[in-house]
Amino acid sequence: MIRQHLPILQVIIPLLSAPLSVLLHKRWLVWGLTVLASMCAFIISILLLQQVLARGVISYELGGWAAPWGIEYRIDVVNAFVLVIISAIGAIVPLYAARSVEREIAADRISLFYTAYLLCLAGLLGIAATGDAFNVFVFLEISSLSSYILISLGHDRRALTASYQYLVMGTIGATFILIGIGLAYMMTGTLNMMDLARRVPAVADTRTIRAALAFLTVGISLKLALFPLHLWLPNAYAYAPSTVTAFLAATATKVAIYLLLRFLFTIFGAVLSFEEMILHFVLMPLALVAVFSASIVAIFQDNLKRMLAYSSVAQIGYIILGISFVSVTGLTAGILHLFNHALMKGALFMALGCVVYRLGSVRLRDIAGLGRRMPWTFAAIVIGGLSLIGIPLTVGFISKWYLVLAALESQLWWVAVLVLVGSLLAVAYVWRVVEAAFFQPPPRHAAQYQEAPLSLLIPTWILIGANIYFGIDAERTVSIAQRAAEWLLRGPS
Amino acid sequence: MNATTALWLTIAVPLAGAALVVVLDRRPNQREGATLLTAVALLALVLRLWFALQAGETPAKVLVETLPGIPLALAVEPLGMLFALVASTLWIVTSIYSIGYMRAHHEKHQTRFYCAFAVALASAMGVAFAANMFTLFVFYEALTLSTYPLVTHAGTQEARRAGRVYLGLLLGTSIGLQLFAIVWTWMLTGTLDFRDGGILRDAAPPTVIGALYIIYIFGIGKAALMPFHRWLPAAMVAPTPVSALLHAVAVVKAGVFTVLKVTVYLFGIDLLAHSGVSEWLPYVAAATILIASLVAMSQDNLKLRLAYSTVSQLGYVVLGALLANAAGIIGGAMHIAMHAFGKITLFFCAGAILVATHKTEISQMRGLGRSMPITMAAFFICSLSIIGLPPMGGMWSKWFLALATLDAGKLSLLAVLMVSTLLNVAYLMPIPIRAFFSSDKATATGIKEAPLPCLIALIISAIGCMLLFFYPDPVYRLITPVVAR
Repeated sequence: MIRQHLPILQVIIPLLSAPLSVLLHKRWLVWGLTVLASMCAFIISILLLQQVLARGVISYELGGWAAPWGIEYRIDVVNAFVLVIISAIGAIVPLYAARSVEREIAADRISLFYTAYLLCLAGLLGIAATGDAFNVFVFLEISSLSSYILISLGHDRRALTASYQYLVMGTIGATFILIGIGLAYMMTGTLNMMDLARRVPAVADTRTIRAALAFLTVGISLKLALFPLHLWLPNAYAYAPSTVTAFLAATATKVAIYLLLRFLFTIFGAVLSFEEMILHFVLMPLALVAVFSASIVAIFQDNLKRMLAYSSVAQIGYIILGISFVSVTGLTAGILHLFNHALMKGALFMALGCVVYRLGSVRLRDIAGLGRRMPWTFAAIVIGGLSLIGIPLTVGFISKWYLVLAALESQLWWVAVLVLVGSLLAVAYVWRVVEAAFFQPPPRHAAQYQEAPLSLLIPTWILIGANIYFGIDAERTVSIAQRAAEWLLRGPS
Repeated sequence: MNATTALWLTIAVPLAGAALVVVLDRRPNQREGATLLTAVALLALVLRLWFALQAGETPAKVLVETLPGIPLALAVEPLGMLFALVASTLWIVTSIYSIGYMRAHHEKHQTRFYCAFAVALASAMGVAFAANMFTLFVFYEALTLSTYPLVTHAGTQEARRAGRVYLGLLLGTSIGLQLFAIVWTWMLTGTLDFRDGGILRDAAPPTVIGALYIIYIFGIGKAALMPFHRWLPAAMVAPTPVSALLHAVAVVKAGVFTVLKVTVYLFGIDLLAHSGVSEWLPYVAAATILIASLVAMSQDNLKLRLAYSTVSQLGYVVLGALLANAAGIIGGAMHIAMHAFGKITLFFCAGAILVATHKTEISQMRGLGRSMPITMAAFFICSLSIIGLPPMGGMWSKWFLALATLDAGKLSLLAVLMVSTLLNVAYLMPIPIRAFFSSDKATATGIKEAPLPCLIALIISAIGCMLLFFYPDPVYRLITPVVAR
């Protein structure tokens, strides 16, 4: 009985927990509720993925209203996998948040933080779960507005301008997406994704549909921080509270990338998007420029959070690169990296959060020689960094393997070379941290710093463990990503 | 013990040893005891596998299926067996040496040192017993990363800069070129297994095969083929036991061993002989041999001179592989063992001199033979082995390499080998000769031999060098099946 309502429960549990947490107000009660709700969401997403893998697409009619009139929630391999990514990170982050938030957010705002967090989680899950284009926009706004709040909670006053910057850019992006959806609705008279997919081919030659595709691509690219629309991201990640950075870096951009996949492949179809509109000629160069420019900028950052933020822009470049091959292997690489990058960046930002907890700073010169004082924290940073580089037995290697393979299969050997050279740039920025932490003499006052508390280390190391586990035994993730890739390329049916 | 169990234990035991070293952080004697115990256990395991191989068994184990069709798997075959034997035997000797050296030299962070050392050995075993190219690549990278803290051990500005060169070149070549070649191989063949006769036959036109082979050869940066050799001299900032075991044996031999593996089991020597690359690529190795020897002559720092000598000697092994004939493979593989014993002794001597006299430059070592006769005698004996003169093991590998150049009909390469021998004489012999026959009053007083563990170690490895001349047979018999099939 309850099993068939899973698609809506996935979204509604965190969504309803948010107002409930305002009512509860007590800090620890709210925290308990958040943990509970996010754990539920995680379990549901696992159940959904199992169900989809075993029995295929799940279609759920909201309130019992059939598709064209009511809102349909539609779960296939692609978004089932994305739901697992979001809710897995979403379940670990609250465990970590408890201590980290205490240090970084004013006490009277902590319950507000959890409320915004739950709303953001609900919004992200909603975007992934829904099968209705307008519903996407609604959830996009829910997640965006709550993430502006989350970022502005950072204790540095620059968090406010960073949040404002993101708000302006995010609103432009959302508006573009709304215009795109509106144009598509104008031509097809439907907002249901499956209906859209069915009716778009008939009107594909019209300028309106093409404009819709263009608006949507640009709008979503803003949200996913594709170069050169990434300018909001470094500040937002650098000044947000550590917990928020870890959460947003691992989930928010990933959902936007999912949205791009959904619109380009399922709704407009690979034929229109790539054969007629030749979008890959736009996406591939932008992705490569993103990889190189962002990696090079990352090498020269003094603030480590900002360094990882630029690294995120580069990694998003890899994902988009995978997508732009428009092949099964390429999409597999992109979708795999969606998952893998969430694991790496989640772990790395959490580890940096441990540093912030003890030092209150993440500047390169402040961490000199601290590798011996905080061995577990910096070991996590090293392993996460190795994963970012793509050293074998970490998830980063698996992604890189499929990306290079996809490039070679498409006869684009120079792209394969660029991918590998790009990962050498990652060596450069990761190794600055390793050298500073382990091979520089500690400052005189270093003795006062101790290892971060266990409540921060355990969630960090769960993600580090996942980095290694899914790097050694990648069969499951690869087979899911492969099925998702085949599903997307086959188009709606 | 079951041979298959012994196989995965060769990796697990050194890792456990590393963990034990960390646990025994505050008790130096027990910590070094743990290292020695681990080294002995590892040699026992490797010997167990050797006996299994001689009995005709081929132990193999799939650890985990990482990607569909690409498992992390181990298997025993002759080339790997030889590499594992050399590395595990010399680890015991080096462990004895390290105890004397690290304490006499008052090095810091000794726990990190011994721990990274054990992890490096585990990685070397993984390289030796890898059943496919993916597994080999995994442990190859692990070897690079685990030796990085050893290179930067001192933590000085100079050490960190050397560490950057080390990591930059080794990771740069392995990720930029080798991984590229591996993915390409996978795309062409759908397998990465090491098989007799290679997997790339009929997979692609000869030009592609040739290009792929070149990417592999330069992508294996640990083989130190010019122009990717700079990391090896840079690594000389490390403590001497590291230079001795890792940068004369484990790491560099992992490189040339990988070259041999790729040549024999991915491409197959027949395929290479027909692809055209074996016509001109050996000359690249020949150039490395000569240029590195010439550079070695100009170095006054003893460790740097030995490092360039290693670059040159690694060129021999690569040359053997690139000639793509039976004698070349045998000569190359034998040279892995012969050069290992010779060069490790030379480094032991360099370290002993450093500990006893704090001298690093060759020009300061006049007359040292009187105060350190054992060290200098060992240095002399093993110099002969590197040069390739009887009664030293180094003669045999040069013999086979010379045969290989004749088999390939390349007289000019034979000339290169001979000229290189002369160059070896020119840069190695003056050191012991001046030590014994030139008198320098400044160095004569108050210098004693290095601590006893150091002496024991360098005597053992020097004796090993001589034994390999009289009993090269086990090595030869181990290797011949590789080319006989």
